[in-house]
Parts: sequence; C-alpha cells; structure tokens
Amino acid sequence: MRYAETGFNLEIDLSKGSIDKVPTDPKLTELHLGGLGTNAKILWDRVPPEIEPFSPDNLLIFGTGLLCGTPAPGANRTIVSTFSPQTLLMAYSMMGGFLAPELKYAGYDKIIIRGKSPDLVYLWINDDKVEIRDAKHLKGKGALETSEFIKEELREPKAQVAAIGLAGENRVYFASIEHGRSSASRLGIGAVMGSKGLKAIAVRGTKDINIARPDQFIELCNQILKYIQHRQQNPIKGVPPILARLGSPQEMAIHDEEWHTTNFAWGHARHRRKDFWTKETETRWREIQDKAVERLISCYNCPMKCGAIIAYPALGISKYMMKCYSKLTYVMAAMSNDLEFGFKIAGLGQEYGVDGYTTPQVMAFAVELYEAGILTEKDLPGFPSNNEERFFYLLEKIVRREGIGDILANGVYLAARQIGKGAEAYDHNTTKRHEQMVIKLGMLNPIYFLMYSTGEKLNITQIEGQTPQAPLPDDVREEFVRDWIHPPEEWADDFKEFILKWGTAPEYQFPFYPPIDVTCKLVEWQETMHYIDDCTGICAGLSSFPIKPPYHIHNIPLFISNATGLDIDEAELWKITRRNRNLVRANNVRRGLRRKDERPPDDHWKKRFPDYETKLLDEYYKFKGWNKEGIPTKETLNQLDLNYVVEDFERRGIYENGKE
Amino acid sequence: MLLKISNEGVFMKTEKNKKKVKVIKIDLEKCNGCRACELICSAFHANPKYSTNNPARSRIRIYSHPIKNIYLPVYASEYTPAECAGRNKYIMNGQEYEECAFCGASCPSRELFKEPDSKLPLKCDMCEDEPPQEEPLCVKWCLNDALVYEEREEDVEEEVKLDEMETALESLVEKYGIEKVANAMARMTSKE
Repeated sequence: MRYAETGFNLEIDLSKGSIDKVPTDPKLTELHLGGLGTNAKILWDRVPPEIEPFSPDNLLIFGTGLLCGTPAPGANRTIVSTFSPQTLLMAYSMMGGFLAPELKYAGYDKIIIRGKSPDLVYLWINDDKVEIRDAKHLKGKGALETSEFIKEELREPKAQVAAIGLAGENRVYFASIEHGRSSASRLGIGAVMGSKGLKAIAVRGTKDINIARPDQFIELCNQILKYIQHRQQNPIKGVPPILARLGSPQEMAIHDEEWHTTNFAWGHARHRRKDFWTKETETRWREIQDKAVERLISCYNCPMKCGAIIAYPALGISKYMMKCYSKLTYVMAAMSNDLEFGFKIAGLGQEYGVDGYTTPQVMAFAVELYEAGILTEKDLPGFPSNNEERFFYLLEKIVRREGIGDILANGVYLAARQIGKGAEAYDHNTTKRHEQMVIKLGMLNPIYFLMYSTGEKLNITQIEGQTPQAPLPDDVREEFVRDWIHPPEEWADDFKEFILKWGTAPEYQFPFYPPIDVTCKLVEWQETMHYIDDCTGICAGLSSFPIKPPYHIHNIPLFISNATGLDIDEAELWKITRRNRNLVRANNVRRGLRRKDERPPDDHWKKRFPDYETKLLDEYYKFKGWNKEGIPTKETLNQLDLNYVVEDFERRGIYENGKE
Repeated sequence: MLLKISNEGVFMKTEKNKKKVKVIKIDLEKCNGCRACELICSAFHANPKYSTNNPARSRIRIYSHPIKNIYLPVYASEYTPAECAGRNKYIMNGQEYEECAFCGASCPSRELFKEPDSKLPLKCDMCEDEPPQEEPLCVKWCLNDALVYEEREEDVEEEVKLDEMETALESLVEKYGIEKVANAMARMTSKE
C-alpha cells in the first residue's frame, strides 16, 4: 500500500486520444518527494531541450504535492510544470484551491498531458472513469464561465475545474490556468494548455488517502492548528500589517494599502508615490473594498481567508473570486487612483485568463511606447486618452492577439525586440525575459540581489520569505529572535545576529552587510523552504512565505515521515531539496541558461556595486556547488545521485566552455 | 445573513429527569469553505482512526456554490427509505437554496451521506469516543468558529413516550369510538 500518495499517474495523449493509469516508482518518491521534484524529473527524462514549448511533445504536468489530500492543514497546492513560451525555460507555476486534493481522492498523483488535440477538448476525471470530451461549445468562453458550464453539463457540482480563457486559447505568453479563487498564472502555462487544445480539466474523487502513522500524524496537525491560532492572535511586531500575520498577504481582509502603494513602483515600474496614501484615499478605498468583498474564502483544508468572493454589480461585471494583490497591480500600472477600476479589470482579466502581474506591466509598457511616439495611432487605432480606458482597450487586443496585441501578447522582452525603433530601451524590468515585481529601490540589497539573479521560479514571492524585509525597530529585536525557532540550527546564530545588528550602525548596513557567507545562507534557507513546499504541496502562506510560520524545517520532516512511512530527517530533506533544486537548474542549463542571464533589472536599485555583485554571485555559485557559469559541477551532481545529468551534460559538451 | 441552525444531536441521559443535549451551532457567515470539517470527520471515523481520509465518507458536507456565495454545512441525520414528494426552494436574502441543501437525510434521491463503496447510510454521532473527545472534531478543526459546540441540559418528563401513545389512542377513540378501536386491537393481537 502507498501512503500519502496514490502511486498512480494519469498519462493522457491528446494526439492519440489515449488515457493510461500508470503506477509510479516508489523510489522516485524517496529521491524527489512529489510535486515539483517529480515533475522536474519527468521533464528531464522525457522533454529534451530540442522540444519547443508549443510542440505536441512538450508535456504539461499537473502535479499534486506529496501531502495534498492528507489532513496536513494547507497542503492543497497543484504544481503545474512545463516549458515556457516566454522564457523557453522550465515554467513553474502553482495554485491553491481544491484541485490537487480532489485529484488525489480520484486516485492520481499527477496528470501528465502530451500531444495536441485537433479540436478543443476537456478532460473529465471521475475516479476510475476518465474521458476526453468535446469542448467546441466552450471555445472563447471565460475561465470561470467554463468551470460553471462544465459542472452543470456533468451534473456534478462537486467537480473541481481548472480552465483557460480566451488568452490561453490564443496562446498569449502570459495566459493563466484559472481555478476558482486560485490560478497558476506565471510564464504562460495557460498558453501551453491552449496549444494542446485543452480547454479545461474537471476532477471528482471519492477514494481514500492513507496515512502510515496516523496517531503521530494527526498530533502534528493539531499542533499546527493550535500554533495558527496563537500566531493570529500575536501578530509580528515592527513589520507592516500586511506582513504581520500568516497567509499570503491578506489583501482581501486588510484595507491598509500604505505599504504596497508607497513602496512599490507605479506605471511601468517607474514612479514611487510616497505620499499616495492619504486619509481620503484610505476612506474611499475602504468603502469600495467593503462593497466589493462578499465573503472571505480559503483553499482546501486551510483556516486562513486569503481570497474573497467579489460581487460588484455596479461595475457591470459578473461575480468572481480574487486573492492577494491583483486588486492593485492594474491600478498601479495604470497610474489610476481608483480601486473600482482594479476590481473591474482584474475580474475581466481572470475571465480571459491572464496573469495579474505580467499583464498590467505589458499594458503600461505599451502606454509608455505610445507616449514616446514609438507606437502610434496606426498601431493603436482609436486609442483612448484616459489610462484606465487604454488598459481595457489593450486587454481586448492582447487576449485576441489582434493588431498590436499580437506582439504585446509575447510579453515586454520579446515585444520590445519585435517593435524595435528604440522600444528595447523600455524593457527595463525583466529578468530571463520575464516581468519582475514592480519594485525600484535605493540601496543594493545583497540578499535580494542573489534571489532576483538566480531564482528560476522567476517570481520573487516564490523565493523570499520568513525574514523581515527591513530592519526591525530597536525595541522589538530581542523579542523577535527569542522565539525564532525557524532557521536551520547551524545557521540560527548567524541569522539572529543579523536581525539584532542590521541597520544599527553604519557597518551594519547594506550592501556590505550581512557578510557574504551569511547572505548566501539566508538566500539558501529562504529558497530551500519554498522548494520543500513545492514538493509537499503545503501553501507558502503557512510555510515558506510569512514570518514565523507554523511549518518549518524542524517539523516538516516529521510530517513527511509520518504520512509516508519513509524515515526522512532534516538532513535528508535538505539533501532531497538540493537534488530537486539542481534538477530544475539542470533542465534550464540544458536549455541554455547561463550566468549572463542571471541579473536583476539594471534599475532595480539606484546604487549598484558591480564588483561586489560579481563577488556575491561568485561566492553564491560556489556555495551552491555550481561553477562560474552557474552550472552544477560534476561533483555536486554526483553527490546528489544525479549522475545521469552529468552524462547528459558531457554528451552535450556543456562543461567544455565554462571551466569547472 | 446570519442564519443559525441547531443540530440537535445525540441525547444522553445524565441523571433521572435530565438529559444532555449536544448542539452544534452553525454560523453560515463564518464559513470560509475550506472543508476541513469533512476531512477530519472522515479521518476520525476511519478504522484504524485517522489511518485514511476521504471527504466522500464524511458525515458533514459543505453544500457550496462559491459564485452564488452559498456555503452551508449539513450534518448526516437519519436514513430514509423514500425520497420526498416535493422539492421546495427557499429564497433567503436573495439566495436560492433547494430544500435538499438543508436536509441531512441519507435518502434515495442523492449520493450524499452514503459510504461510497457499500452505499450504507452515514450518520453523525458527534464523534463518540472513549475517552470522550472534548468536542466533535469538525468543531475542533473549524478555527473560524462557523461550527461551535454547546451542551445543555434539558428536563425530561419520564412518561413522554407513554403520553404520546396515549394521546394518539385517545384521538383514535374520539374518532372511531372505543369499541372499534378495541376490536382492531384484538384483531391485531391475534395476528401476531
């Protein structure tokens, strides 16, 4: 019997119309856990670098985390992996909601999709009964509309549905896969789904998930619930309200948006508006949000309320569900002062199925080009004069790939090069061809420098976490470190010293503080915890993202061991995670990722230190066991039982140019 | 909308003329739709305890339609061999609920509250356990307090059951006369 996992993957070939239930090798669970780890392994084994993202031979994998479907609170993430049309690298996006547990209850750990259907179809997984069904009648329908339609058509209100909208069908490079209040948005995985002719996946499951050591496991779960209650009653002192509690940033519950609106950049990641947040704005925005939010909602088996049902008939849009920060991304990119605009366009964006981070940036980029005369009336016939109306105009063009929308739909980096005429200079906020968070700051932050440079998930929120983002006020530092049990034991003293000293004297300021070795450890810790979550399916909002979360490196091994019956301690979990991290990198190295690609946007900080940055990256690569090009060394790979990667790299001559 | 439903659960005689009534108060406003209650219910009732979980075996179900803002926890109650004749609809604060949504019966008209493999009916037992749980586990796992457990004592009149039967008999006698009723009783007795 298999524990925590089902031991089966569902293999779908949309070209052949074949459906196979395939048993998985338990050894792979020991080596990679599940979720991202086993996804990366499958992509490595079966999708060589010659395969283009839209090729029928590319795979689209819906992987469940190892702990999804167990009673572990907040373990509900679906990890969707493929190769991105935008970056041409491994695309990596995840979503919460209810899909992963439902898939487990149906008896599968993953859905692995290859091929390409001649007509639009959707997948209906009802325990052992799996069908590829006609979806021609759903063509052009919104993502949420599609979900509701399918549930009705199947007469199965309990089915969980993930669907693409028009943007995915039209292969917009930042098209998302939408699932209720959640979405897997980044890097154009919705476009890959669209390229396969797959409109949606519907799942209903009524089987058991087994736990190896039930009493121990349930006790751990009870401790988590108790800690969540404690932590919610004791918010972290000295940090902005948005970071003081658990969950992903509580954007739906919290009205205070001073932190985002005054610290993040507006327009096309250009302007700080440090005086934006006034009493009047606060009053007005509170009114709008109270009117819009009908109910705060959660994902499966999670007591948090990070999402909301949005009902705002006055805006002329249908109800939808929202999470996190997308209520502000459009508002800020459009330099709007109007939160109503945010709720309206975000709802529309979700129905079309586009990423709420990239899309506003692409549109703000287009507005800049228009104002600079690079795009003209010829490219944008009838372009409105008001920014908000311009955004609606551009959204319609992009999701249909109509006129200039066909170019903008490739994202800022590629569009800038296709448009030419100096447009390249306006591509100022991308790394590895992908739009980064809209933050422009003063002094180089060495920790974030490394995370932006080397992160392969390409979204900083999926790498950062657990560490205060600014020095704490002096009067709370001691208290903060007192019960900070979260860091790995051998690094805890370094991290506590950093918290105590950071910003207290000129020698304890960025960029030369913390020391490089501590900087490397801080980055390694933050990233590792995310990679663990991506394998277990535990939400970052209860684990790797917030400060002092309920899950940490000391208790996650117990969760994994008691759920699966494997005996995995902290050291082993760290090793598995390094293995998975290096396998993700190996997939990308094989597709050409090198040191030259690993740099934050030039204007991310005003004050840059090129020599020090070189040194930082050198040291971090060394710390990771990578060579000067950022390629994992043979020694590193062999230690991690990735000998087959070494063989592949050698066969391809990957080590020949960069000396090891 | 604040709708509170009392799920009057298992009755236990604590002492003569007193009974303990177990009540779960359900506050629909507070439900975030996470379904932890379904999960932990099925885990608790697994054999061995917590060895598996499967919401399809749960004795509480969230009847939900997120986009209509309907979140309604319902507990499994009695098995019924026949389905209802009518299926009425309630409209409350502009939201439409089918009558079935509120009903806890394991009934032929739907899959709800039946073991998925055996199809045997399920019924909430308030997590009876030895030693007893402090509160039903669905309540314990509902950190948002959509489910709140209460116990209260009620006076019981000893002869409730007898009274009921006597009342019924009296009405029969009133309607048909004592002779007819006595004859019917005699016939029924001889048949046994």
